[in-house]
Amino acid sequence: MKASKKKTKKETETLSNKKPEKLVDKKGIRLDGRKLDELRPVKMKVGVLPNADGSAYLEQGRNKILVGVYGPKEAHPRHIAQQDRAVIQCRYHMAPFSVDERKSPAPSRRDIELSKVIREALEPAVFLEYYPKTSIQVYIEILQADGGTRCAGITTAALALADAGIPMRDLVVACAAGKADGKIALDLMDTEDKIGDADVPVAYMPNLEAVTLLQMDGNLSPDEFEKAISMAIDGCKQLYAQQKEALKSKYVIEEAEEE
Amino acid sequence: MTSPIVIRVKKKRIIELLASGKRTDGRKPTEYREIKIEPGVIERAEGSARVRLGKTEVVVGVKISTGTPFPDVPDTGVLTVNAELVPLASPEFEPGPPGENAVELARVVDRGIRESKAIDLKKLCVEPGKLVFVVFVDVYVLNHDGNLIDASALAALAALMNTKMFKYEVVDGEIVKKPGYTPLPMANYPIAVTFAKIGDKILMDTELDEEQVMDARLTMTLDKNGNICAIQKGGGSGYFTKEEILDAVKTALEKTEELRKIVVKG
Amino acid sequence: MPVFYEKKQLVAPGDLLAEGDYVPGDSTYKKNGKIYANRLGLVDYNGKRVHVVALKAFYVPAPGDLVIGKIVETTPGGWVIDIKAPHLARLRASDVVERSFKPETTDLPSIFDVGDLIIAKVVAYDRTRDPILTVREPGLGKIMRGQLIEVTPTKIPRVIGRQGSMVGMIKKETGCQLTIGQNGWILISGRSPEDERLAIMALRKIEAESHTSGLTDRVTEMIKKERKSVESK
Repeated sequence: MKASKKKTKKETETLSNKKPEKLVDKKGIRLDGRKLDELRPVKMKVGVLPNADGSAYLEQGRNKILVGVYGPKEAHPRHIAQQDRAVIQCRYHMAPFSVDERKSPAPSRRDIELSKVIREALEPAVFLEYYPKTSIQVYIEILQADGGTRCAGITTAALALADAGIPMRDLVVACAAGKADGKIALDLMDTEDKIGDADVPVAYMPNLEAVTLLQMDGNLSPDEFEKAISMAIDGCKQLYAQQKEALKSKYVIEEAEEE
Repeated sequence: MTSPIVIRVKKKRIIELLASGKRTDGRKPTEYREIKIEPGVIERAEGSARVRLGKTEVVVGVKISTGTPFPDVPDTGVLTVNAELVPLASPEFEPGPPGENAVELARVVDRGIRESKAIDLKKLCVEPGKLVFVVFVDVYVLNHDGNLIDASALAALAALMNTKMFKYEVVDGEIVKKPGYTPLPMANYPIAVTFAKIGDKILMDTELDEEQVMDARLTMTLDKNGNICAIQKGGGSGYFTKEEILDAVKTALEKTEELRKIVVKG
Repeated sequence: MPVFYEKKQLVAPGDLLAEGDYVPGDSTYKKNGKIYANRLGLVDYNGKRVHVVALKAFYVPAPGDLVIGKIVETTPGGWVIDIKAPHLARLRASDVVERSFKPETTDLPSIFDVGDLIIAKVVAYDRTRDPILTVREPGLGKIMRGQLIEVTPTKIPRVIGRQGSMVGMIKKETGCQLTIGQNGWILISGRSPEDERLAIMALRKIEAESHTSGLTDRVTEMIKKERKSVESK
């Protein structure tokens, strides 16, 4: 016998937070005080899990993402192995407590789609051909979600891959731009994404200037789309500088301890 | 969970050292590793806590929603505990639905909370037979270096103590939120301690290497009054003698007091 | 023809290191006449050669390497060994047993069983097959006792030191036997757990400070100091 979670419509409305009327005010300031082209505050740390071969942790606004990487190692089960390259096994997964309404730990269709596009965003960067018949496992755990988690997940995963010493052509960094209240805005948080008019997540290899993930949902004119993708790539470049800092700062601390 | 291949020389060494009462990291047989507890790490959850026990790391998130009560206890809130051994925590964990180890972990943690009546579930009734609060306790293991049960139970307790519920009133049989929060009504503070048997020696707070060579384990959960509210033997095909079990109860009384002081400050 | 960094600067994957007539060395790659880093590490330029000393990298077997491995499977033809590399390694039964051995009558697990540690040498490794090991040479074979610790493989040269100076010093100061696997596994066997603990402390310090100079002296001092403080207790 299971307790059922039936809720009346009224209950849902009264329980959840009230819907905001405007996402962007007259001065162009958003609900969390940001300007249209401003990223949420970001923190990154590399090498946080003792067991994983590589790992990283990232906070972006209220997003909290943890990634662990294992490999390259013998592909399991055997039939997934490719004769001429390594395969990346990527899993995007949200903790049940990461969202407002507790989420079942079983993978949803969204989780499965995101796992695929994230894998395809990382593959172009990794020298898969160096390690045939092996697999590289990338486990992305969303501990707390507030919009833009697939992008934050990619940025964190790239750090974890680099931390694992897996050879890469370039780092991969990701950021989304979208439309809120008719204006193109950078790095939408959950409320803006839910109520806004469009979201364009982009993953980017900064030195090779290559886009490795591009999705869009909503409604944008070609001009608006161009503005959004340019803004997203700009956001990627800002995050990239922080990625390098995070990778290097682990090393610099070791140097300071030497005194 | 694939069973790891234990290095023979490592096993030999652990047993050799144990013969003279020593452990590889210099700890005494009943000594716990360094414990770090951080409540409130997931601010969007109603309650949360991160526990580090040596290198073992567990995060527990508590979410509260509403639902209909079980028909046989119409005036009682619902508690449900789930555990995920996520693959990033160990090369031995694979993605997929909870295996027997994850299920056992969740059920042992659940038993401790439920049987000690740590949460006053009667206070979570909104309208008997129709509407009650449902408390979800999700255990998320982030790094496995042994003794997941004790770490998870500690994290669950700390997360519950950190849990806040919104204030509300009932209007026309429905919940209307009011400003402000109140802590989850807690009535007890269960602590789980696990004993591992290697040969004829009993250890506590095993790290991964020790766990891989243990013959069996015995977990005991005691409440704030020193009463036993849950016991679980597992972890291998070994056995315990009656003396060993009763000795363990004595040690558990001391040890759970010690650990409870760390979680329940003041 | 430009280079873009100074020697020993820290570079990340994708950083442009040099452009023009250069040769890509370790942890770098060349594309369209440009050389980029493919790992996080310290860049170095040696004439026309650009390479990066990676801060962290997993072990890639090379013929001639001494490695420590864990037997994970026995097969009719030999053994499968985990040497902490992307691929599992193999040891053929014929390497250990007489040429004309009969699989039905030879009990391979009695020689090496699952869970055993061995010291072996890498004989062959290329893209077409798994690494092949041998235990034929003196000093190779099953490990019977000792403590195993793991160090990032890129730091092994530092642990050994110039002409064995660092490892020699640790052996002298702690009285421990150290067997160093190129794959990052190190076996320590000492007269007492205390001696072994000192050796492990030394190895951890080397791992953390491998990029600094004067390390050998500092490690020697640390061991001496630690020993004194323990003895005075």
